[in-house]
Amino acid sequence: MKQFLVVWCLGAVSCLIHAGEAQPMAQDPQVEARLVVIAEELRCLVCQNESLASSHAELAEDLRREVRKLIRDNKTDAEIKTYLVERYGDFVLYKPPLKPITWPLWFGPFLLLGLAVYGLWRYLRLRKQGTSPRLDAQKRAQAEQLLKD
Amino acid sequence: MKKFLLPLVLFATLVVFLGVGLMRDPHEIPSPLVGKPAPAFSLPTLSGDKPFSPADMLGQVWVFNVWATWCVACREEHPLLVQFSKSHKVPIVGLSYKEIQAGDQATGALSEEAKLLLARQRSQKFLQKAGDPYKLSVLDLDGRVGIDYGVYGVPETYIIDKQGIIRYKRVGPVTPEVLIDTILPLIQQLDTPV
Repeated sequence: MKQFLVVWCLGAVSCLIHAGEAQPMAQDPQVEARLVVIAEELRCLVCQNESLASSHAELAEDLRREVRKLIRDNKTDAEIKTYLVERYGDFVLYKPPLKPITWPLWFGPFLLLGLAVYGLWRYLRLRKQGTSPRLDAQKRAQAEQLLKD
Repeated sequence: MKKFLLPLVLFATLVVFLGVGLMRDPHEIPSPLVGKPAPAFSLPTLSGDKPFSPADMLGQVWVFNVWATWCVACREEHPLLVQFSKSHKVPIVGLSYKEIQAGDQATGALSEEAKLLLARQRSQKFLQKAGDPYKLSVLDLDGRVGIDYGVYGVPETYIIDKQGIIRYKRVGPVTPEVLIDTILPLIQQLDTPV
């Protein structure tokens, strides 16, 4: 029991220490947590394969600052995304919105899959029908000639 | 022969798609701001006159050019801007974007006044040396106005019409081709009274 208590105390103390260390990075943990969730879904415009959450580009830093401010102003996620889309276009969203211009993007793969399945089905059916080559008389004669030579 | 036709067609399609993909610049993102009113702001100017706001330019076509002395590509396009400004077609307003970078403050955070002073000094020195194509230049130290204009890679250039609507945006340096093929005809078209 005593041991358990010591461990528990140490655990509690280490938690406190940890929280103390993290403080300078994130002034408000709640804001930071929301920032990470939102910024994961946003693209950094400078290094386009990085999310806004992970990018070290200066612009990303500025945009995170703006998003933090919007979070503190109690804006909804949708409002924050609209703020960025109004300035940088749909490109900032990792998940593009569904609209006529993005239909090929959303449905194209399924269309291609459908075509591929159809192609496979046709191919298999043809193969099942028998692989005996159908040669007309002239071709057969030609082939025989070739074999004789 | 027929056996090879399908793979050949597929291959050709792939090549066409890859070719088109190669020709496109992934850094050029269509701006949602084209066709929208230029975002309002009020910023201190380089010369220290009264703050400038885009509303001051209503009634005339103007060019808005985002630049900074640390931006290498801006230096590249600078002579062209100087040449353009000499033809006196339309005014160019400069936006000095984040002149003070994080690296400038490594020795300690500068006060707002110190930043403004340093940015002014550095920008004016550059313009004196390389020529000043700007009717005036405003200082956007924290990059907030840049964000409102969707700036993500300096230099950027906007053409704004008489009603204050953004008609064109160019990301990256203005080249002679872009100037002759796109910018000048557009300005001509916007500037002619209907």
